[in-house]
Amino acid sequence: MSEVRKGYVQPLDIRHGQVDIAHGSGGRAMAQLIEELFARHLGNEYLAQGDDGALLPAPGAGRLVLATDSHVVSPLFFPGGDIGCLAVHGTINDVAVMGACPLWLSASFILEEGFKLADLALIVQSMAAAAKAAGVPVVTGDTKVVERGKGDGVFITTTGVGVVAAGMDLSGRSARPGDSILVSGTLGDHGMAIMAVRESLGFASPIVSDTAALHGLIAAMRASGAEIHVLRDPTRGGLATTLNEIARQSGVGMMLQERALPVNPAVAAACEFLGLDPLYVANEGKLVAICSERDANTLLSAMRAHPLGKQAAIIGSVHADPHHFVQMTTGFGGRRIVDWLSGDQLPRIC
Amino acid sequence: MKFIDEFRDSELAQGLARAIRREARTDRRYHFMEFCGGHTHAISRYGVSDLLPDNVRMIHGPGCPVCVLPIGRVDQAIRLALEAGVTLCTYGDSLRVPASGGLSLLKARARGGDIRMVYSSADVVALAQSNPDKQVVFFAIGFETTTPPTAVAIKQAATLGLSNFSVLCCHVLTPSAIASILESPEVRRWGTMPLDGFIGPAHVSTIIGSRPYEFFAEEYRKPVVIAGFEPLDVMQAIRMLIRQVNERRAEVENEFSRAVDRDGNPKAQRLVAEVFELRKQFEWRGLNVLPYSALRIHSHLAKFDAEKRFSLVYRPVPDHKACACGAILRGVKRPQDCKLFGTVCTPENPIGSCMVSPEGACAAHYTYGRYKDV
Repeated sequence: MSEVRKGYVQPLDIRHGQVDIAHGSGGRAMAQLIEELFARHLGNEYLAQGDDGALLPAPGAGRLVLATDSHVVSPLFFPGGDIGCLAVHGTINDVAVMGACPLWLSASFILEEGFKLADLALIVQSMAAAAKAAGVPVVTGDTKVVERGKGDGVFITTTGVGVVAAGMDLSGRSARPGDSILVSGTLGDHGMAIMAVRESLGFASPIVSDTAALHGLIAAMRASGAEIHVLRDPTRGGLATTLNEIARQSGVGMMLQERALPVNPAVAAACEFLGLDPLYVANEGKLVAICSERDANTLLSAMRAHPLGKQAAIIGSVHADPHHFVQMTTGFGGRRIVDWLSGDQLPRIC
Repeated sequence: MKFIDEFRDSELAQGLARAIRREARTDRRYHFMEFCGGHTHAISRYGVSDLLPDNVRMIHGPGCPVCVLPIGRVDQAIRLALEAGVTLCTYGDSLRVPASGGLSLLKARARGGDIRMVYSSADVVALAQSNPDKQVVFFAIGFETTTPPTAVAIKQAATLGLSNFSVLCCHVLTPSAIASILESPEVRRWGTMPLDGFIGPAHVSTIIGSRPYEFFAEEYRKPVVIAGFEPLDVMQAIRMLIRQVNERRAEVENEFSRAVDRDGNPKAQRLVAEVFELRKQFEWRGLNVLPYSALRIHSHLAKFDAEKRFSLVYRPVPDHKACACGAILRGVKRPQDCKLFGTVCTPENPIGSCMVSPEGACAAHYTYGRYKDV
């Protein structure tokens, strides 16, 4: 990162300006964009070093976790959030569900020529607010500009580093027969919020994305002393896809109780309307936890005591199954498979 | 959720299950076909068959809009997008139906075709209005439920004087499909496919009413019970069918009286008659070429007919040799009887159309019920 001499150029016209190719060409315009927009909002001691990389203190004991996530979302702004806070939360959550305490983030922006600086400023401010609230600073970054028509406004890739304390061993391979399966709250809020805006579906009560950083909730869960085997954040593909991944990794089957699944009534109605299943709709502020059966109620209480886990629920159990099926007892009293998502969920016709 | 949860109540379901067990005679078997994919989906999704006694078997029917779409029609849509360079719009599941050359509309999109999913025919009219320099074609599929909205779109386009909007009309007619099943040699001549009655369509019947089924009940002596798409609707209909069979009645009964009456929706029927006319014949996937079984755009609105505007020729294409979709759509085979099921043909890589939509018999069984096969 570089610095430009104050007063040397006209200040960026954030209100009316647009991203142009020069903002990505490595020259003065780029330095100015970084200084007046990115560094101004995201600023911290590491970012202020201004070098090619951030020089960070080596963490003490424990193992490092490194996770990365690219964020492409349309629309960029949606009820409950925007691509900026989403990029912060998404990567923090990927680090946190490994049982790690997230320490630092990097952020890489691919901007489309012509993108409004005012929108970019909103996105960066939202990132900054999310990073600050989470206590995880953005310590290094990168900016590229692509020609008009070759991007979708802005793409953001964030990478996160965290440290796992000794003795923590979470993995998708650790679910065991007899374990209990918990979720931290209602399913499908993020995906349905996006879909409602994208398809201009005007519902009476707007559906709000659940985007949130989960490391605080996870810390509270760990503090409960419950023996947690697996943590995951069920993002794309929803809870069903995440559980199928875990079942395959651990070589087990699962049985869910449809009645125990928490779903916001507005999301349930929207899914019903479109012929979609909330089990397959994305979440951005929820986690699924698998723990030993005897600790399930302890863990549930700890989750419910945290603001992000108020609607947590025990939704099923793990059992031995050579086919690794995730199955569900339906609210109706029958039984069915909860399968992997196949392609995108598409609305039914009739 | 109000007006939804009431129809998925497990206590009522248990009560109905007990009633069905009580009323079904133990000295015979019952074979009922649920015509609609919506019923197939409800049965699999809610595990309805788990609540039925062993001697009551449900046969999946052909009433899944994308399942009966023949390869040749999807090919036409793909050619329009890739060769004629039109913006092609269609409903969700049609995008995945396998076509010739390993293509589908989704794959044609990846090859550069401007292919879009829409929720409503009105969206297509709006798209044509806002893109006057592009030819916009609506690939219109479905039974009588989706036909009136297509009629509305064509009338809107006529009123607006749109010269860049047209429709590739593949709307098909439910009674023709039922007749084809009842006339099939397996049912009529050889009797190898026992069929004791039908669960009649839900949404289709809101448009056409219950009257069109009276012929089947009388002529073929098959009871028909029109039912809603909720699982309790389906169970209640099964109970009503068992009663008819036991009492040797063959009548049209209406379980879905909250939405269907004998005459249907006359306004929608008038609209459809105004905009469409019968095709002499139409190829269905699985049911072959059926006479007077589909609609095309009426000659006075021919300028909105994409087949005429782009001089499309229909080329029938046979299904994959080992694919049993045809027999499955006629109820002769079950999904798990097909050699390709779950091995070569999966929802990720559908060979036949029944593996595409969640309403298709194969996709429904694969997605919700295959634990029963192992």
